[in-house]
Amino acid sequence: MLNQLFNDPIALRTAQVVGAAAFALVVAFLARRQGIHLQREAAIALVRGITQIVIVGLLLTFVLGGAQWLSAFLLLGMMLAGAVIAARRTKHIPGILNVTTRSILVGAGLVIGIMVALGIIDRAPATLIPVGSMLIANAMNTTALALDRFRAEVESHTGQIEAGLALGAAPSAVVAPYVEAAVQASIIPSINSLRSLGIVWIPGVMAGMVLAGSDPVLAASYQFVVVAMLFATAGTTALLCTMFVRSHVFSRAEQLTLRTKVRESK
Amino acid sequence: MISTLTRQTDSRLPPTTPSHRYTAIETRNLSHSVGDKVLVNDVSLHVRQGEVLAIVGPNGAGKSSFLRLLNRLDEPTSGTVLLYGHDYREIAPRDLRRRVGMVMQSAYLFPGAVAENLRFGPRQHGQDLAPSEIEALLEQVGLEGFAGRDVWHLSGGEAQRVSLARALANQPEVLLLDEPTSALDERAEREIEALLTRILSDQHLTALMITHDSAQAARIANRAILINAGRLIFDGSVQEALHAESTLQ
Repeated sequence: MLNQLFNDPIALRTAQVVGAAAFALVVAFLARRQGIHLQREAAIALVRGITQIVIVGLLLTFVLGGAQWLSAFLLLGMMLAGAVIAARRTKHIPGILNVTTRSILVGAGLVIGIMVALGIIDRAPATLIPVGSMLIANAMNTTALALDRFRAEVESHTGQIEAGLALGAAPSAVVAPYVEAAVQASIIPSINSLRSLGIVWIPGVMAGMVLAGSDPVLAASYQFVVVAMLFATAGTTALLCTMFVRSHVFSRAEQLTLRTKVRESK
Repeated sequence: MISTLTRQTDSRLPPTTPSHRYTAIETRNLSHSVGDKVLVNDVSLHVRQGEVLAIVGPNGAGKSSFLRLLNRLDEPTSGTVLLYGHDYREIAPRDLRRRVGMVMQSAYLFPGAVAENLRFGPRQHGQDLAPSEIEALLEQVGLEGFAGRDVWHLSGGEAQRVSLARALANQPEVLLLDEPTSALDERAEREIEALLTRILSDQHLTALMITHDSAQAARIANRAILINAGRLIFDGSVQEALHAESTLQ
């Protein structure tokens, strides 16, 4: 319907943006009638989302025609932003930004680097930036999930952990079951993505390639490559962040400092 | 078999006769704060080898906070602890905690079999307990034949006995007991208390025990201290300490 009203592509796209945002706001106002107040958050998220994505679009326009180092610079910026966001989602752990930064830089950086070196990801900015950003976003979500689960497990098992420490155990030995739980919980979304691939959803890369006129089988195989890389990134960052975080919840004298942080916050 | 349970001669320990001759544990101006809240305030204390010290005081007085400082589960804000005359900061935390064992208010057993819980401590320093040693420890706490039981199926009293046996498996020199019977029913409480009295006496163990039960303190301890608002306000006979505590209320 909109394409009949607007001939100019920019006007058409603007109308599509306004239409989609208006629909989202209508949903938020419908929720309000049920006593669920989402309208303010929804409005802020919509404005923030459109602003961020348009800025990224402008940046991409600049980077896609520029030198390759620009794409590395952009990915590095995304990793740092992801580290800050993941750190904000994890409470009570001192120095958590250090943990999220190292985990995302090493985890996502390693997978992107290996994939580029092997030629699985094209180093052209038009491929590297979108695929790299997906891997970084996945690393960010995995890090936040793993750390939040680890914190919750440790907080709810302080008795067992301190009983283990009181018996002369090393911190790594007493938190081993909770590290395992955190890693498993954080990579479940990536495993589910792999399992449901093509059955429940046709992910963005494949959808985009098909919409752009690519052969669906080729698009599907590339989508599998992306999802497998997402899984590799999730696994790497989950293992790294749960390894790095251990030194932040125990003191040098092997005391559970997270317990004190929780008590201080009460 | 029983010989494996009694405290073996250990080069870390001074000669044990007479048993009250040595100071096993000493605190010097020990304080601990969390944020701006002072939980333990300038506590100085000597506990002689083989002595059983009751720690009494009202709820929230800082008794558990004080006990946690003694095996360095928490770090003192100031002051220190000496174990047989050595500053405990010179002892590796894992070795310290093996030497200064702790039984907590709740048993906090690890999932799995009773035997695995008993093996946990010794395994941390490369020692694997033989089945006969496991059975001897269980015999000591009145749980013969429980080695293969899943901890999930234990009663509160049985779980606390396993917790005690688990602490004893490390052959500690000092035992910290943080109200080990407070979460139990009266019958289980009396059973654990009798068990503790026998084990502490048989093994000449130095022990510091927090208790809310004045009768229990009188039955088990040789001496008592009263802590209030983080401060040590009385140190002497159990009866006098209990009397001093009653005047606080």
